Amino acid sequence: MTATEARPESEAPEREIGKDRRRKEDQRLITGRTRWTDNIQLPGMLHLAMVRSPFAHARITAIDTSEAKQSPNVVDVVTGQDLAETQGVLINAWPITPDQKTPTHLPVAIDRVAFAGEVVAVVVARSAAEARDAAELVDVDYEELPAALDLKDAAADTVLAHPDLGSNKSAYWVFDSAEAGTGSNVEDAITQARDGGIVLEREYRQQRLIPAFMEPRSTVVDPTGEQLTVWSATQIPHILRFALAATTGIPESKLRVIAPDVGGGFGGKLQTTPEEWITVALARRTGKPVKYTETRSESLMAAHHGRDQWQKLTLSADREGNVTGLKVELLADLGAYVSLVGGGVPVLGAFMFNAIYKFPAYHFAVQTVLTNKTWTDAYRGAGRPEATFAIERIMDELAAEVGVDPLEIREHNWIKHEEFPFTTVAGLEYDSGNYEAATARAKELFGYDELRAEQRRRRESGDPVQLGLGVSTFTEMCGLAPSRVLGQLDYGAGGWEHASVRMLATGKVEVVTGVSAHGQGHETAFSQIVADRLGVPFEDVEVLHGDTQVSAKGLDTYGSRSLVVGGEALVKATDKVVEKAKAVAAHLLEASADDLDFSGGRFSVRGTDQGLAIQEIAGAVFAAHNLPDGMEPSLDSDATYDPVNFNYPHGTHLCAMEVDTETGELTMRKYVCVDDIGNVINPLIVSGQVHGGLVQGIAQALWEEAVYDDSGTLVSGSFVDYLLPTAADTISFEVDHTTTPSLTNTLGTKGVGEAGTIASTPAVVNAVVDAVRHLGITDIRMPCTPERVWRAIQDAGSGQEPTTGAAAPHFDASTGMEGTVDRTAGDAQ
Amino acid sequence: MIPAQFDYLAPTTVEEALAALAQHGDEAKILAGGQSLLPVLRMRLNAPEMVIDLGKITSLRGVRDDGDAIVVGAMTQHSVVGSDPLVAEHAALVSKAVEHLADAQIRHRGTFGGALAHADPAGDLGAPTLALGAQFVVQGPSGTRTVPADEFFVDLFETAIGEDEILVAVRLPKHTGWGAHYEKFVRVAHQWPIVAVAAAVRVEGGTIAEARIGLTNMGSTPMRAHAVEQALVGQPATADGVREAASRAAEGTNPPSDLNGDADYRRHLATVLTRRAVLTAAGATG
Ligand SMILES: Cc1cc2nc3c(=O)[nH]c(=O)nc-3n(C[C@H](O)[C@H](O)[C@H](O)COP(=O)(O)OP(=O)(O)OC[C@H]3O[C@@H](n4cnc5c(N)ncnc54)[C@H](O)[C@@H]3O)c2cc1C
Repeated sequence: MTATEARPESEAPEREIGKDRRRKEDQRLITGRTRWTDNIQLPGMLHLAMVRSPFAHARITAIDTSEAKQSPNVVDVVTGQDLAETQGVLINAWPITPDQKTPTHLPVAIDRVAFAGEVVAVVVARSAAEARDAAELVDVDYEELPAALDLKDAAADTVLAHPDLGSNKSAYWVFDSAEAGTGSNVEDAITQARDGGIVLEREYRQQRLIPAFMEPRSTVVDPTGEQLTVWSATQIPHILRFALAATTGIPESKLRVIAPDVGGGFGGKLQTTPEEWITVALARRTGKPVKYTETRSESLMAAHHGRDQWQKLTLSADREGNVTGLKVELLADLGAYVSLVGGGVPVLGAFMFNAIYKFPAYHFAVQTVLTNKTWTDAYRGAGRPEATFAIERIMDELAAEVGVDPLEIREHNWIKHEEFPFTTVAGLEYDSGNYEAATARAKELFGYDELRAEQRRRRESGDPVQLGLGVSTFTEMCGLAPSRVLGQLDYGAGGWEHASVRMLATGKVEVVTGVSAHGQGHETAFSQIVADRLGVPFEDVEVLHGDTQVSAKGLDTYGSRSLVVGGEALVKATDKVVEKAKAVAAHLLEASADDLDFSGGRFSVRGTDQGLAIQEIAGAVFAAHNLPDGMEPSLDSDATYDPVNFNYPHGTHLCAMEVDTETGELTMRKYVCVDDIGNVINPLIVSGQVHGGLVQGIAQALWEEAVYDDSGTLVSGSFVDYLLPTAADTISFEVDHTTTPSLTNTLGTKGVGEAGTIASTPAVVNAVVDAVRHLGITDIRMPCTPERVWRAIQDAGSGQEPTTGAAAPHFDASTGMEGTVDRTAGDAQ
Repeated sequence: MIPAQFDYLAPTTVEEALAALAQHGDEAKILAGGQSLLPVLRMRLNAPEMVIDLGKITSLRGVRDDGDAIVVGAMTQHSVVGSDPLVAEHAALVSKAVEHLADAQIRHRGTFGGALAHADPAGDLGAPTLALGAQFVVQGPSGTRTVPADEFFVDLFETAIGEDEILVAVRLPKHTGWGAHYEKFVRVAHQWPIVAVAAAVRVEGGTIAEARIGLTNMGSTPMRAHAVEQALVGQPATADGVREAASRAAEGTNPPSDLNGDADYRRHLATVLTRRAVLTAAGATG
């Protein structure tokens, strides 16, 4: 091997970080020519169909499977009783208090069901269609029990969701700044403000939402090798493997979990599901590969839901609008079971109600409550959208009370850029940020002052279409999470991440990451990072993930952690490769390592034209003919990184909404967001994350709601009634950034996966309320439907009327067939 | 979402289809574009033993001029109706309604006859066909009969088509030169209307000479707003002229209450949307 001539400057690879790279994974993801779980076909594979309870709460008195067993090509029909202990149990990884009430959660219920959609029996057949046909023939006798449905009623224990537990109150978790020593006493602040200051008391409703990922959940289990292989459409292959091992008795070393390409999750696939446990149990029972893919109806009904809180806020301030204290009391609906992180979701919000502000006193308390509805867990933002909504809504109310512009009230209270790093009243240290800069830029892009002038004109002329401006200045804690902090919060695992980098003989690079992409574009962004740090072409980097036999260690993807935690692990592993390569380069170039520069993928001897490319070194290490004495012939390196802090993106979002006061119709006029997410690896991917996030947050404000009727049946059980927006329902957003790099990771990046969702909901609702505030309206419940807006205007009251608990049939009684379908009587699927 | 098993026939003539229908009776279902039938089957709300697909009967497709009426074949897709120049010229109200019916994919497969035979009270085609006084041509074992629009829609998902009959065409009486507008109120773009108003008006010298108003989703069938139609005659085509008449839009209606709105809200919407539909149809604004 000889040292080659120095390359001319122009040949040095172009910097990858910051480049608008199209996503390398998109062709296969968009065309579907890829390994989605449901695409997997194995020899002799059997298929499952679930029999689900149509009742919210009932005792199972008898199950007759005989007719189903006679159905063509049915291999087996099993009940919870049949599976008994072999089915394992579903875990709660985050008991938020030591005395939390946690009902046992079996994959297949044995004697009682606790929500409509719970699995009571499973059919195994040679085809999915035959399994479905036979599922209709399973005859289950139920004795209906009273169901705990309304969150407030359930919190009062009027009806018990699990009678044996004696109460629906699962856990009561408190943070108090006076006790924690991070601030003063909130009751004192409130008492003081009652005398001459301002005390605002508001109650907000976070409606129940359904994550509604694009790919329904699917699991394939192959028991025919030495290891049991589980493919699942999951965000969390590593956690799934751990939980399966912990609860089924299968040694972890005998389990391989693969999350192949996964079509979205939004937190909805941050779960260990009954369907996964059932598929594993039946593969073991039959000794054959088994597949289960849910229908969309099943997905809406039985995959976990999100949000669902009542939020009571008491905010005290002086007459100028300087906040002196904030007290938050939450009721959070867990649904029927305490799911993987279920109870922890509101706790993640606990640190965010104080948001970007310097509140001197803070008290937070959440009561988690069991009900007979679908269990809830993380949904994009998990706890932080709830907190951001409530605080940003009430800051607008404070502005109205003081009689100043909502931006002015925020400026009074926010942390100034020169005050970073700043330790908040909730005890977090915000490393960097500049709220003034983001807000100034957003105002400018928005044309804030002109829109305010237009709003005045419309009010004065009594225009039937009124204009409202909504503000949301958000921050969030993401990059989950320092393991030490998780330990203090009693979470069952750590928050580190793992990466390895392998230099192949041909100079290509394999990167293995423990995070598990399901649509985010990690393969592209991580390739850009590695390409830059190793100085290799973008195309030469292959990112591997999601298979526990390839990516042996990892904690998966959620909480905007992949880049800021997983990316940092990757940086550290990559840097180790460079360190090892440097020793080899020094040896081959017969130079001292101290005299070597590494840039553009090349080690060169300072002051000479001698150098070696990293690919050449990879080849030399593969041959291992001439290495420094005692050196292992490998450049491969890995790193496990435990973050030192959370990560705090922030931004200012401004929204203009038009309200047709005659019909209540809402039209978005303008949406501007200026997010500070630190340094950006790929602006195109960031833009995609922001756009998608915004739409999901706007959808909470305007469209989406999971509605149950009085008997506990999910009324919004299809996309006819669960209103997911499409591109046709949104406008073109103006997205921009200000940048203060994060100080806690090498690349200076901040999470962006949840930012849009967290910020946008209050911006929209604030705009809607602002449009009609002059009519005496101070709140409209989400989703702000035209009917709710119209009623609020009619009553000039609170707009708190209930939604009628029914859905219009569009398919029920097709021509010539009579009657509407009674969803509570049949086999709901 | 897998339907129960069924047999399938795809006849090439109406006669063959009728014979199959006669043979299988109420175990059979007609398949047109499948945009309503397939969800029903996949959700297992219905499990016919025989599905008779009209897709290969070419005589049921297309739009033609028949003197005083435009005839739309039952199997003509929404997308074809929506872009047809004859319909646009002589029955503009139908073009306007099709424009916002569902989304492009569904308009490409769903059919004019299928939608009307399905008779969803929230369907977008009932009100305009009713308002224009359409004639429904239905064929059965004993031949063809014509059902006037006000007798065609019987109830929720129920029409005058007999069990042994097939809807073959719809005759739209020409309303050449009439102004038309379909005002559809939705929360998201491709949704069934919460309420919609179909309005066709003939304006002479700034005055409304004739008006035909149909209401969508204001009862178990599409409805005519006769009171409004009468009150509009002789009114100037201005916001003030129309307001009073439009306020009678909810008279005699019986709208549903559901997730998208309670009945009283729908009644209110009907009056506002009627005013807007009439004004736009008349070429006025307000
Ligand atoms: C997501 C979605 C959104 C939609 N949104 C709207 C909307 O906004 N507005 C709207 O109006 N519609 C909407 N539709 C319905 C759409 O218009 C359908 O195309 C229509 O209702 C049915 O037409 P089809 O040709 O698909 O009929 P099919 O689904 O094939 O048949 C419907 C029914 O009519 C019967 N039938 C069909 N043809 C005949 C015939 N010639 N003679 C006798 N019986 C017959 C069938 O047996 C069946 O019972 C929507 C549908 C979907 C799936």
